[in-house]
Amino acid sequence: MNLSPFGIGLIVFSGVLFVFLIAYGFKVHHGMHRSIFSSPYTVWMILFTVVPLFLIGYYAFTDVNGKFTLENFANFWDSNREMKRQLIGMGFSLEEMGMTARGSVNVDTLVYSLKMAFGCTVICLLLGYPAALLIADRKFKLGPTIIILFIIPMWMNFLLRTIAWMSLLEDNGLINSLMTRLGLPKLKLMYNTRAVLLGMVYNYLPFMVFPIYNALSKQDVRLSEAAQDLGANNFLTFWRVVFPLSMPGIVSGITMVFMPSVTTFFIPRVLGGGNTEMFGDLIERTFLTADNWNVGSALSLLMMVLILMSISLLRKVDPEGEGGSFV
Amino acid sequence: MKKSKITIIILILLVPLLFFLITKLVDSKKPEVTEAPQATATATVQATEIPQAQEVVNVFNWEDYIDPAALKLFTEETGIKVNYMNFTTNEDMMVQVRTSEGAFDIVFPSDYCVERLLAEDLLLPIAPEKVPYVSGLMDWLKNPSYDANNAHSIPYMWGTVGVLYDTTRVQGDVNSWSVVFSEDNKGEVFMLDSVRDSMGVALKYLGYGMNTRDPMELKAATDLLIAQKEAGIVKAYQVDETKDKMVAGEGVVAVMWSGDAQYAINLNENLAYSIPEEGSNVWVDAMVIPRSAQNVDNALTFINFMCRPDIAQMNVEYISYSTPIQEVVDTLGEEYQNNVAQNPSQEDIDRCEFFHDIHDFLEVYNTLWAQVKNAKAQ
Repeated sequence: MNLSPFGIGLIVFSGVLFVFLIAYGFKVHHGMHRSIFSSPYTVWMILFTVVPLFLIGYYAFTDVNGKFTLENFANFWDSNREMKRQLIGMGFSLEEMGMTARGSVNVDTLVYSLKMAFGCTVICLLLGYPAALLIADRKFKLGPTIIILFIIPMWMNFLLRTIAWMSLLEDNGLINSLMTRLGLPKLKLMYNTRAVLLGMVYNYLPFMVFPIYNALSKQDVRLSEAAQDLGANNFLTFWRVVFPLSMPGIVSGITMVFMPSVTTFFIPRVLGGGNTEMFGDLIERTFLTADNWNVGSALSLLMMVLILMSISLLRKVDPEGEGGSFV
Repeated sequence: MKKSKITIIILILLVPLLFFLITKLVDSKKPEVTEAPQATATATVQATEIPQAQEVVNVFNWEDYIDPAALKLFTEETGIKVNYMNFTTNEDMMVQVRTSEGAFDIVFPSDYCVERLLAEDLLLPIAPEKVPYVSGLMDWLKNPSYDANNAHSIPYMWGTVGVLYDTTRVQGDVNSWSVVFSEDNKGEVFMLDSVRDSMGVALKYLGYGMNTRDPMELKAATDLLIAQKEAGIVKAYQVDETKDKMVAGEGVVAVMWSGDAQYAINLNENLAYSIPEEGSNVWVDAMVIPRSAQNVDNALTFINFMCRPDIAQMNVEYISYSTPIQEVVDTLGEEYQNNVAQNPSQEDIDRCEFFHDIHDFLEVYNTLWAQVKNAKAQ
């Protein structure tokens, strides 16, 4: 790097200041003090979480010239709005061309994403709860092995794992060549919504299993035994004792699956062949292809508000955060 | 307690300030390290830290778009060290060229981007006497519509957009865009996930120009693309994946760039390429010198070197696009000359048109394309 002496001076100065402040913290408190030691992370958080958040807020409420506007949100509601404005500016008559209609692209995409996320969460819950129940069962010896089997794929990047699904689902992929060999007709497995949903469930299932497993394995066995002693059968024990106690895990699992599901991108492009965009793809395209940071930020902001709302809703069910949710 | 809180507040306030000051300094001093605001815009510097004494040239090219041996040869012959950087899309490249002043001596934009950069007055003129090998250009490329008389840009590679199809399974007329839009190949058509290319193909099929500024024509093209999607004709909208999928026999018809098509044909002999009768897009990737270039003379030497027939031949054999140098076409023999993917006839070329810079109309294109992407197959 070709820094100016002033720049180097500044870096050295800030380093010295930093060390000094830590030393000062030591002196004041005669030893360790937690808040001082959290300062590197605080700094990190400010630079890479708080500042970007403010930037998104800034872009969302301003136009290209940096003036305050709510236009970006109007553009969310009517995706044709900016086009219509520009066409009118160029002297075209929208009425004559029949182009007055509201563009529903953004709203449709959001609704579609919410639907997909809901579907993904339900499927993950239906698959994940029995799995967690099985793993947490002390009599089941293979529990730890299954956990390892859940974890090992996560060592690899999710993009690669998603791409790997392609070679399974393709027309001439592994599954279809097996079908042909068995004399069965080929299936259209890829480039549709089902494939996208499959990819999402595959990627997010561990985030459902682990919190529930956590909640289940922390449960005191004696509670179940007590229920049994009081005459409850297996089902009743589960329904009245085990299940309610695992609620925090479920809530946490739902949050951790639902959030990334709504913002999913890349999976629709790879397994869905770009046929249906999800909200994450839309935001990416607005930023990169359409090069519109203001509307892109407005979309991101709406997304965040939506997620915050769903989290606070779930918080009501699990106020203590016992499910180990970190949100 | 109080004191420590104050300390932390001071710290928290100071650090962002310092960060901004430092980035400002870094920005103004060294353009290479400036990150583009977009996370995907990658400019990977492969060689940094060059002694001041050595001559260098900073080249910003598409990924995998040159024979590395040609670069080595250039350094051996001229003693000029090449700092080679890559980009993946024209749009990324434009952002970099605008924001990283002085970082690049040669950039490889496509035709309509040359036009845009010229409109923004970001390019230096290239004097013909400084690049003598340029006289070897094919005749039809000596005065392209995007840059009169190649005054600011020299063609590096060119190609067309056409149809790559599987000869054993295709139905219908492969010499018409109807092969893409009719139900003949339902569910087996790969489209390009790219606004200009896909809209352009639809416009051409309807008999309009690819650079139209008529909203009604654009609307008709949009309706055609939406109908094509709703009828379940399209298999997927992709860019880079398609060529490998076609090689693997995953689709029957694909809208594709000629070079990628050639790559696929080399790997699967059942595939063939055609440029539909209705016409298509012809494009040029050119070499330009940004106004902010630091090593203009070296850049000129580099451009001239790339136009030298033996070097141009190395590159065309390596990346299998079409060379603009006539002598190379002559020496490559009949197999190359009769290959429509690599060397379309003058008739084919005349049916095609360049993309032009439609900056003022881009919002309309993007908005209508979003409607296509939002449509659902039945």
